[in-house]
Amino acid sequence: MRIFKLLTVVVACFALFAAPVFAAETVKVGALLAVTGPASFLGAPEAKTLEMLVEEINAKGGINGKKIELIIKDTQASPEKAVSFAKQLIDEEKVFAIIGPSTSGETMQIKNIAEAGKTLLLSCAAAEVIVNPVAKYVFKTPQMDKHAVIRIFQQMKKMNISKIGVLSSNTGFGKAGKEQIEKIAPEHGIQILVNEVYDKAATDLTAEVTKVKAANVQAVINWSIEPAQAIVIKNIRQIGLTIPVFQSHGFGNINYVKAAGAAAEGVIFPAGRLLVADTLSDKNPQKAVLVDYKKKYEAKYKEDVSTFGGHGYDAMMILAKAVEKAGADKEKVRDTIETMKGFVGTAGVFNFSAEDHNGLDLNAFEMLTVKDGKFVVYEK
Amino acid sequence: MFLELFFQYLVAGLTYGTIYAIVGIGFNIVYNTTGIINFAQGEFVMLGGMIAVSLHSLLPLPIAIAAAVVLTMAIGALIEMTFIRWLVKPAVLRMIIITIGISILVREAALHLWGESVRSLPYFTGNEISAFSFGGVRVSPQVLWTLGICSVIVISLNLFFKYTMLGREMRACASNRDAAALCGIPTRNMVTLSFALAAGIGALAGAVVSPITQTSYSIGTGLAIKGFTVAILGGLGNSMAAVAAGFILGILESFSIWVMPTAYKDAIAITILLAMLFVRPSGLFGNKEAFRLKDF
Repeated sequence: MRIFKLLTVVVACFALFAAPVFAAETVKVGALLAVTGPASFLGAPEAKTLEMLVEEINAKGGINGKKIELIIKDTQASPEKAVSFAKQLIDEEKVFAIIGPSTSGETMQIKNIAEAGKTLLLSCAAAEVIVNPVAKYVFKTPQMDKHAVIRIFQQMKKMNISKIGVLSSNTGFGKAGKEQIEKIAPEHGIQILVNEVYDKAATDLTAEVTKVKAANVQAVINWSIEPAQAIVIKNIRQIGLTIPVFQSHGFGNINYVKAAGAAAEGVIFPAGRLLVADTLSDKNPQKAVLVDYKKKYEAKYKEDVSTFGGHGYDAMMILAKAVEKAGADKEKVRDTIETMKGFVGTAGVFNFSAEDHNGLDLNAFEMLTVKDGKFVVYEK
Repeated sequence: MFLELFFQYLVAGLTYGTIYAIVGIGFNIVYNTTGIINFAQGEFVMLGGMIAVSLHSLLPLPIAIAAAVVLTMAIGALIEMTFIRWLVKPAVLRMIIITIGISILVREAALHLWGESVRSLPYFTGNEISAFSFGGVRVSPQVLWTLGICSVIVISLNLFFKYTMLGREMRACASNRDAAALCGIPTRNMVTLSFALAAGIGALAGAVVSPITQTSYSIGTGLAIKGFTVAILGGLGNSMAAVAAGFILGILESFSIWVMPTAYKDAIAITILLAMLFVRPSGLFGNKEAFRLKDF
């Protein structure tokens, strides 16, 4: 009996190691995504998008005849899991490239691992540190926090706003945004009179917004990605503050608008154009890509498309295009991505270079607002 | 302007305070009949909110809330009957670990049932931005609803414990379980009842505050910590003291934001809890002599 067991294990081992031999004609793509856990609103749509795209590409016969083999690992937004899965994907699975992780914290933990393993990493996380300083094999598809902040300040200038209050949550996203706001504000002649950090699980922020009210500011920016961003705007309006409210691109989820109800009306925030795909003019270069992705995703999964799924879309399509052009050669694909220009994605038009592994500029953000419970382009 | 701000912070404090107080009361009811801290109390608040939101898509608001309260009471009673009732003279520590286990179980079940998304009931009157103005101080109608319903809960609880037979039996159980059993009071049923009652109060609170705080599968733990702080601060077992302590904590937190960065708000709650446990473990309004006689 024991011998039988041993035999099974040996056979199983052979089967595992032998598998890649049989599947030599595929391109193995690993994905490290927070499919469940606290960041599932990022990872779940990303994973669904990748599955949808791979299915579609393979149905068409793959890239240059090579099918894609997608291996999704659920990191649950834990950096420790991201590290061990990254090692597994690189050392054992010997993947061609890795898409993800979903969050900046995880990406920073595996930046060096990807670099050492000479494996392409196309991160779906926002932080600027992922691509600054540039690492040879690390790219990212979401827009920069910095650009979101600059777009907000440009809008404030148009509205003659110079004294503001800043609220942010105590998470990686909130902290990164707060730092950028503090750093860039002086360049735009903006003065921060109140600067408060609240708990990510906050349930009522009346006292915080009272502090903002007391400071007599002309506008307030809230930077968070949690449900608290809906609470904060309700509290602002409840205590009778009528000043403009700016939110981060983290507000780009229609559920927050539903949660805030009437209080969400008129909130101004920068976001990618995916949220307003249908209302864009036909001349917009992104329109075709956006409408196509939105239609396919919503038909397949019966849920609203989100910008986060879009980051997964961009990563996969950039990789697929580079493989199509350069063949299944890691180094050549890396060089192709680095020199890719004018790639139209969901986050914007990507123009990569040796110094810029994000490839997006200020123009990737559009200023949006909420009107009658829907996202529309802010025009003023 | 100063007075206006003062009252605006006070209103914020009262809002926090009511929420804390109502969770604290739930702790006390279970503590009184069983002598344990039920760490799943926060989960009852979550269940009340979540069930009410789900039912509201089918039923009118008052009925949805009432049904959510009844369902949560049934769940509370069921939990007690499944996990606690059959234990013979369990140690306090064992009971506490069991309630922590229950809280994790309920939370995970809620995650599977409802997913991670955040929900809330609509505002009972007005909408997200409406507020009454009292000389510049603005109060959301939902805050008044919460304060009102909290007062009704406290008053009816007091009447129940003082003037009804069932309430007296529960109190007898609280003062001395063995003596109560000798008098013919079914002590085990009293424990089940206390779980159901605590669950019902938690659920009602969860439904009423959900327009303000929003609700999701994970809100229970945070509320339980605050409710526990309040129960300790007031003196374990004393529901009226928990209300007072809830307001004290809420108002302290709110005014701390006036003078300090928000980040220190929770530090204040924890500092108070620790200080209380060291200096006066019987609580602000607790009786030192009586406290010495208790197991825990």
